[in-house]
Amino acid sequence: MTTHASSAPRPPHQVLDATDVARVVTRIAHEIVERAKGAEDVVLLGIHTRGVHLARRLQTKLTQITGREIPFGTLDITMYRDDLRLKPARALEHTEIPADGIDGKLVILVDDVLFSGRTIRAALDALSDIGRPRAVQLAVLVDRGHRELPIRADYVGKNLPTSLREAVQVQLADTDGRDGVLVGDRDYTARSSQALAADPHLPE
Amino acid sequence: MKRHLVSTADLTRDDALLILDTAEELAQLSGRAVKKLPTLRGRTVVNLFFEDSTRTKTSFEVAEKRLSADVINFSAKGSSVSKGESLKDTALTLQAMGADAVVIRHHASGAPARLAQSDWLHGSVINAGDGTHEHPTQALLDAFTMRRHLNPGAGKDLAGRRITIVGDVLHSRVARSNVHLLNTLGAEVTFVAPPTLVPIGIDTWPCQVSYDLDAVLPKTDALMMLRVQRERMNAAFFPTEREYSRRYGMDGLRMAQLPEHAIVMHPGPMVRGMEITAEVADSPRCTAVEQVANGVSIRMAVLYLLLGGATLADAPRTTDSSEAAQ
Repeated sequence: MTTHASSAPRPPHQVLDATDVARVVTRIAHEIVERAKGAEDVVLLGIHTRGVHLARRLQTKLTQITGREIPFGTLDITMYRDDLRLKPARALEHTEIPADGIDGKLVILVDDVLFSGRTIRAALDALSDIGRPRAVQLAVLVDRGHRELPIRADYVGKNLPTSLREAVQVQLADTDGRDGVLVGDRDYTARSSQALAADPHLPE
Repeated sequence: MKRHLVSTADLTRDDALLILDTAEELAQLSGRAVKKLPTLRGRTVVNLFFEDSTRTKTSFEVAEKRLSADVINFSAKGSSVSKGESLKDTALTLQAMGADAVVIRHHASGAPARLAQSDWLHGSVINAGDGTHEHPTQALLDAFTMRRHLNPGAGKDLAGRRITIVGDVLHSRVARSNVHLLNTLGAEVTFVAPPTLVPIGIDTWPCQVSYDLDAVLPKTDALMMLRVQRERMNAAFFPTEREYSRRYGMDGLRMAQLPEHAIVMHPGPMVRGMEITAEVADSPRCTAVEQVANGVSIRMAVLYLLLGGATLADAPRTTDSSEAAQ
């Protein structure tokens, strides 16, 4: 760790600004309508935390495009994580499944960054306990690569080739006061499965 | 949060709210087709019951199974305990078998604290009722039920709510656990009991004491009836059951004196006709059955928070030795 600390981290630079994010959300909404032939049976499920805000924005766009209210829910995958035992137990977020359920529906999972794929694996496990969707698709704002599982996204806002030393930070007005995507050197207090695998003795 | 749950006095306000909020999320599970989470897969939980219990033991077992833990039931009857084995040797046996948590009910006050402080067991110790000392998960599920009715919502506490606990306070571990937890959550607790059933030293507890139930009823948001624990009574604490029931029992007339929003709670088992009449027990204001359902959610939350994340067994060797050195 001391070797990393000696090289000064670069300040994060912006790769998507607020208008880019808005354009990307609009494009993904149109792609969903096109691919799902009118989005008749689409259910949007946002993965905490920023996936929920993105899913809500997608829902607004889809409602504008189709003229119908698209069912929207939230999914907390904490209990399904494979790295639970690496940290003390964490607080749960709210899971809310639309009243009509997900059986026979086309569920679109929404998240901010697709990285190792482990979050999505956990979300798929959670889904199978909740119901039996007709199909499951994945929409992400940023795909930064470095998959550790055979998982890919159906709708990608931006493909962002990164190195493992970099950190991708998605900011949304709902939580961070502004929209944007930043890439910088990894902040060592922010831990991902890769950082843990590389150095399991990181401080909490 | 601490590694064990022995007493509600160990819980900070943040700990208590974390448990209640987690339970609120886990309560959704009972409405699903698949009532199971994979969270505690591979963890072994031992239910060590030295005293009879149906409700608490079943509730813990359901909670453990819903979290996919491996459950081992160990009851004193028909085990080596009836052959004269000590608590220490039982604990060492369970440790050797690799128990990650022990849920213990014991007739002796302090038995769970002894287990938690000893190095006999490395797993978490969860107190499921010890003698006349504490029953923390019961207090948590009571607080959970009160919060749902009186101040619903995640992160909310019971500030300013007036809770009246009536009956056999002397022998009640539920009352002891409740008074600490409710005080932590900001509620005002009043005990109502005959003077003979009020413990010595109650003036050091954060509560009021009254001998007149009717005077307290109109100023009550939640009323908790306690069972008269005949099995623990070694003296005549009141002249007759009828007299007790008249002065401290809950009936329809007394229920009418409660404010509109107030609920009537009972930790069970109820003795109908003694501390509570059938009219009250069967009324929609009585939450006894709801409390049982909430008990499963609360116990899941406690098990998850103690066992779901990193535990001592998962910690790297270096952390182990540094803790031992402290």
